[in-house]
Amino acid sequence: MSVPPPIAMLAELTHRCPLACPYCSNPLELTRKDSELDTAAWADIFRQAADLGVLQLHLSGGEPATRRDLTDLVAEARAAGLYTNLITSGIGLTEKRLRALDAAGLDHIQLSLQGTDAAMADRIGGYHGGFERKLEVARLIGQIGFPLTLNAVLHRQNLHQLPRAIEMGVEMGARRIEVATVQFHGWALKNRAALMPTRAQARAADAAVAEARARLKGVLVIDYVRADYHSDYPKRCMGGWGTTGLNVTPEGTVLPCHAAQTIPGLVFDSLRDRPLAGIWYEGAAFAAYRGTGWMREPCSGCERKTVDFGGCRCQAMALAGDPAAADPVCIKSPHHAALLARAEAFAATEAPEILWRAAAG
Amino acid sequence: MIGPDDIPVLPRGVRLHRDRVRGGWVLLAPERTLALDETGRAILAEIDGIRSFAAIAAALAAAYDAPEAEIAADSQGFLGALLDRRFLEIRQ
Repeated sequence: MSVPPPIAMLAELTHRCPLACPYCSNPLELTRKDSELDTAAWADIFRQAADLGVLQLHLSGGEPATRRDLTDLVAEARAAGLYTNLITSGIGLTEKRLRALDAAGLDHIQLSLQGTDAAMADRIGGYHGGFERKLEVARLIGQIGFPLTLNAVLHRQNLHQLPRAIEMGVEMGARRIEVATVQFHGWALKNRAALMPTRAQARAADAAVAEARARLKGVLVIDYVRADYHSDYPKRCMGGWGTTGLNVTPEGTVLPCHAAQTIPGLVFDSLRDRPLAGIWYEGAAFAAYRGTGWMREPCSGCERKTVDFGGCRCQAMALAGDPAAADPVCIKSPHHAALLARAEAFAATEAPEILWRAAAG
Repeated sequence: MIGPDDIPVLPRGVRLHRDRVRGGWVLLAPERTLALDETGRAILAEIDGIRSFAAIAAALAAAYDAPEAEIAADSQGFLGALLDRRFLEIRQ
């Protein structure tokens, strides 16, 4: 297939983070501070990305605000011509820093929400006082005028707070809310029983989203990532592997998706060795699951194969033990029934204690 | 729906951008990119935060030598979709 240029780049500036969320999407082995790319290296990557066709840059982590050069990085990204989005918990963003980010040209902020009250949010995030800090940051974001998206990560423990999360989005003046049911990769797999929503919860969330979408049309846009264990078909991961977006780790490794390192055998290039264009167009990891040539049945003959591209490769690896298998979320997967039974079993048991994530050094 | 006296504005964080790699223009918005055709770009290029929708439709009708009612109807649909997605705001 002819390879289109990427539209979006997720820059994981650091794995350091004050929170300890039990569904952390960073890899099990975290990059330490002394291995992180420096300001100049990132600035060069931003220029390479813009030259390659990237339009949207997501500055993420870990907590990107733990990078002391965050403002400089935003200025470099804007100078390169990229739309800059900061994905943050809000911890570490003072008024002074937010104003500096404003002056540097930051386009948009995505603020995460671990719960709708301090008891829930601080327990899930593993950070006492985090919720109060977040509310203050949300207030400052509104005062400065940054466009805001609230990102509510929902799971068994807090799905009942969804209606309140949507209300908070309206109160904060957010234009969008992302309602993301937790994805089970990496650290989250350790907490599947504690976090797996029940089918009833998943259906209640569907209904709450549908109701709010109709009521808040033109006020708050709701993007919804459903509980895919309780869906019939998988999600189209990354907009199609190696066709839309890419991910750069704190030390400069380029990944087709943030969890791709969970797939054994894939070889990833580093920007320390090779330019971004070469990695995108010729890198082995990007070629591995791009398009439909790698597919087998039931994917290769499926009428949905260019709709969802067989779903998530990392989930196929985690749940079927084979990254080229159909995502077991799909009703056509031979693993689907077992997956469903396991999901129901997780959700039916009493939720065990959460295993919080430890911080990167 | 956008009325004749409404003044459309692109809010902060939504901007026109020339896509120098793919060619053409896009509308960049929070975590979204909208590829624009010539018509879409022509409409958005008229939005200055000062002129009303009626004035913009009249300007486009003159520039493209097309009936104003037709231009207004097309633009209304396009801008209405942007309003729903919060890519556009109205000043009265």
